Amino acid sequence: MDTVAQLIARPQPWRRLMQILALLTASMAAQYCSGAGIASPPDAVRQAQLISLVRQDCGSCHGMTLKGGLGPALLPQTLQDQPVAVLKSAILHGRPGTAMPPWQRFLTDAEAEWIVVNLQKGFPGGR
Amino acid sequence: MAANLVNYLEARLNFSLREWLAGLRPMQAMAGVVACSLLLAACTTVAPPLRGTGDLGIVIERATGSVQIVDTTHQALLGRVTGLGDLSHASAVFSRDGRYAYVFGRDGGLSKIDLLRGMIERRVMQAGNSIGGAISQDGKLIAAQNYVPGGVKVFSADTLALISDIPATYGTAGLRSKVVGLADAPGNRFVWSLFDAGEIWVGDFSEPSKPRIEKYKNIGREPYDGLITPNGRYYLAGLFGEDGMAMLDLWFPEQGVRRILDGYGRGQEKLPVYKMPHLRGWAVAGRKAYLPAVGHHEVLVVDTETWNEVARIKVSSQPVFVVARPDGRQVWVIYAFPDNGKVDVIDVETRSIIKQLSPGRTVLHMEFTPRGEAVWISSRDDNRVVVYDTETFARRKVLPAESPSGIFFTHRAARTGF
Repeated sequence: MDTVAQLIARPQPWRRLMQILALLTASMAAQYCSGAGIASPPDAVRQAQLISLVRQDCGSCHGMTLKGGLGPALLPQTLQDQPVAVLKSAILHGRPGTAMPPWQRFLTDAEAEWIVVNLQKGFPGGR
Repeated sequence: MAANLVNYLEARLNFSLREWLAGLRPMQAMAGVVACSLLLAACTTVAPPLRGTGDLGIVIERATGSVQIVDTTHQALLGRVTGLGDLSHASAVFSRDGRYAYVFGRDGGLSKIDLLRGMIERRVMQAGNSIGGAISQDGKLIAAQNYVPGGVKVFSADTLALISDIPATYGTAGLRSKVVGLADAPGNRFVWSLFDAGEIWVGDFSEPSKPRIEKYKNIGREPYDGLITPNGRYYLAGLFGEDGMAMLDLWFPEQGVRRILDGYGRGQEKLPVYKMPHLRGWAVAGRKAYLPAVGHHEVLVVDTETWNEVARIKVSSQPVFVVARPDGRQVWVIYAFPDNGKVDVIDVETRSIIKQLSPGRTVLHMEFTPRGEAVWISSRDDNRVVVYDTETFARRKVLPAESPSGIFFTHRAARTGF
């Protein structure tokens, strides 16, 4: 386990630190949410809304086909090896220093997780 | 003519007539040739209507890969052209005779549409991920700006044959940048910005196959789009990674790129941006330019002679398009998610919002008629285009369209920067 000092001494330590902070925040948020009992997956109606949100609104940077635009591609081959918690945190809290904004105003923790899992599998609603 | 039609039909039907004929027995082949000739003769005798194109335009239907050809005098839909591929974030430019629309698709498709015949004249796949294009001052060159592979490709406006390919290579590792903010400029030049590299490149295409490229480096972090002023003199790149814009005076390019609106968000918290603003389709009204702030719910007013900020107008959300009515008296603003159902009208004299309109869910674009008595606004999620009177704000017409996004009228053909 690296100390914070070791992390900072590395090239690009801030990105790593951000990831760790984001992970901590995400896991705390997840605990909070599960305690409140709202971590249930979205129902069919909400899933349809999420599909539209991802394809259309995430699509304005990542492309409607999710193969990337100003933002990176959100295809299974680019996402499947990344931890769910990291991706979920990027959605909910944004990625500081990049154009990725936080979406937690619009998505619950469970909804963000549903999006991540489905992006990794190949997102529905494509043609 | 007949060869064009064969190419067109083959492209549309995804089949090769020559291969098909080659696979047939002689008598069948003969019959095939006769049948095809009859078909071609029938097709080629359908003449386009005798009319001008000055009041025509297109509406992009992003989800279905089609466009509607529209008539702004009669506020009518004339017909649909299909088979254009992925049209999310599609844009268009027009031939200078106003007859052809060149549509740039997200998937790298470049299609030349004949507005009079209502069909695809030619179509090429020129990249993997494309974001738009421009037409040269002399009308002979079409330039496409691409994310993947990052760069600019220049084609013959007549044949869509590739003339020049300029990879947006930067740094020492041979990386290629996404290209944004492509604009046409006087002197048969194109100007564009490199998102990943923070550079502005000016390409002089007076000898189209031997372009001369001038590169301006360190212009600021993450230029996300660009615009050129109506007279073609100033090129502005909006920066996402910094508060400010990079400006190049094309009359005095040797002076280099200058920063304007530096630190416009200083002391304010930067708000999340759920959609990048677009700068093409700029609002220049009189001596002032009206520009979207990034991460701030404001329109910045800039004096185009001194390039100093003269005012800020508070608006409802993150502006995406800020467009002046052609007479310059009003500036219309549309917004990013989640406020993309609103349209605000700013009166430039009082610098205040004088009207808010709700044309439908998810407003993506707007286009004024050539002299601005009406504006057409697309509502993607209500599948309609709404036409407003710009003086009374009355709804003049509601036209059905499938997930409409960009609206482009032929008078763009005669304007620098469109």
